[in-house]
Amino acid sequence: MSILIIILLGIAMLAAAFAAIYLKDLVAAVVAAGLVSLMASVLYLLLAAPDVAMTEAAIGAGLSTVIFLYAVRKTARQEVDND
Amino acid sequence: MIKRVFAIVLVAGFAWIFYLAVTGWQPKTELSGVAYDYVKQGADELGAMNLVTAIVVTYRGLDTLGEVTVLFLASTGVAVLLRRKEDENVAVPEKKRRESSEFIQTGTGLLVPVIVMFGAYIFLNGHLSPGGGFQGGAVVASAVLLMFLAKPDHYLNHGLLNIIESFSGFGYVLIGILGIFLAGGFLDNRILPLGDFGKLLSAGAIPVIYTLIGLKVGTELAGILENLKGLKS
Repeated sequence: MSILIIILLGIAMLAAAFAAIYLKDLVAAVVAAGLVSLMASVLYLLLAAPDVAMTEAAIGAGLSTVIFLYAVRKTARQEVDND
Repeated sequence: MIKRVFAIVLVAGFAWIFYLAVTGWQPKTELSGVAYDYVKQGADELGAMNLVTAIVVTYRGLDTLGEVTVLFLASTGVAVLLRRKEDENVAVPEKKRRESSEFIQTGTGLLVPVIVMFGAYIFLNGHLSPGGGFQGGAVVASAVLLMFLAKPDHYLNHGLLNIIESFSGFGYVLIGILGIFLAGGFLDNRILPLGDFGKLLSAGAIPVIYTLIGLKVGTELAGILENLKGLKS
């Protein structure tokens, strides 16, 4: 059962990571990147590493998401194709 | 086109290396080398219930000091790059920030004391339960973030933050050096009595060190957030 949850979380993390790469709206992309960290922290908890899970939840899902949002606010909200 | 082919070849190469690494892999059934010694002797030697903390703060204390230094340099870099002088503000008048909603303001008033207390709990109990200085400091900083969301026009007292940060960093290194003279080596926690296993005041200097790290990390992250928030208008 726990293995199944871990695999599902891994797949969801991959999906959120791809969403973060391909979304054109940068705010949505930042939220998707935060989602990766959130699911990673649940994964660490399931893998019996609560210390790492706490760090990941507070820094990865919380603070770094907000710092990215600050950066998006100071620049443009939409991604621009330049290739 | 040629770039894309190159990328695909590269990814295929990595996949092949990964495949080779995975097929020969066998999970280990017992600990080896230094890990075995840590797990076997850690609890008796250092008196910390949370073995992860015992390893992070004492056996690998020098690495933790390095991590603290990295965070310090990061926050200094942010401050140097983003903090602007007051007079540079004249050219770009800042827009008046919108008041945050009633919900956020009330919720913040209720939650911030609880979150700060939880952060303090995490770093004070670092030697007993999961967590420690870094985690507790990050939780405290997230309370600061919530305050910024509720009151965008309020600013922290920078002088006080700097004083707390400098003194906790100094105290951390001082305790480490005391370890050389009073106990086994740099950052040895046995400069204070080990106490009863599992009590709050036990495990020698570990609670003191983690409190200092928690204060330092919390003030540093709060400083980064404040510098990112922009200048006073």
